[in-house]
Amino acid sequence: MAIDYLPLLIMIVLGAGFGALVLILPAILGPKETNSQKLEPYESGIIPFSDARRRFPVKYYLVAMLFLIFDIEVIFLYPWAAVLRDLRVFALVAMAPFLLVLLVGFIYEWKKGALKWGE
Amino acid sequence: MPELPPLPTISQLVFTGFALFTCASALGVVLARNLFHGALALVATLFGVAGLYVMLEAEFLAVSQVLVYVGAIATLITFAIMLTRSMMYGKTSPLNRQWGKTGLFAVMIFLALYGFVGSIPWADSAPAVLADESMIAALGVEFVTNYVVAFEVMGLLLLVALVGAVMLARDNN
Repeated sequence: MAIDYLPLLIMIVLGAGFGALVLILPAILGPKETNSQKLEPYESGIIPFSDARRRFPVKYYLVAMLFLIFDIEVIFLYPWAAVLRDLRVFALVAMAPFLLVLLVGFIYEWKKGALKWGE
Repeated sequence: MPELPPLPTISQLVFTGFALFTCASALGVVLARNLFHGALALVATLFGVAGLYVMLEAEFLAVSQVLVYVGAIATLITFAIMLTRSMMYGKTSPLNRQWGKTGLFAVMIFLALYGFVGSIPWADSAPAVLADESMIAALGVEFVTNYVVAFEVMGLLLLVALVGAVMLARDNN
């Protein structure tokens, strides 16, 4: 039932409301004073050395793609795990090709060095 | 299902709220002048759709939507924008030379879908919906029995996507 998710909705509303509040209140109440220190991305952090809006390495795309694929795998494992005890060996046999195919992919990306970030 | 009361119920109001939120952020996706803002609006749209799924009592679909679309696809789209040189600089116009034709097609598709949905004889009473746990268990049984071939083929599809991604992103040397 959708009513079971009422706590979730309250949580979302509270979270969004609090986020809006801490953005709006300082704008109204806080003193307005600007200097170069205030415009830095991090206070007391590393001094920015270049524009953040540059092209990022293609490795980020690969990481996102691998995450997406194994994320989908986990989603499909979840209903299967719920019935594993009832179906026993049958469920294991039915799932084996799916897992093996993705295991082949995993070994492939590992051997290709897709999991290595540096050289 | 009992006949609809004259006043909207709380769940109808919440559903309408999610639908309005989804539509507003979907408009933000196509109207944002900064493509990155468009991507952020897309995340909000996908999240709104997850809310609609919950309101329609498709909880597993909602969880999948949040995990796969809000979690992974949104990350992928953000990275895709960060990888593209011209898209990281300056503002782009949401309109290009083909916006007229595209708008016409969008209206036509909407009318076709509207006519199609209107012509379906929807059941007046909903079939008995299983409780949450047994629904997911039923889904698991369907995966390994009726839809086992489609399930294995989907594993192959994921493998192809994985190999394709590794091939595309590999170093040239």
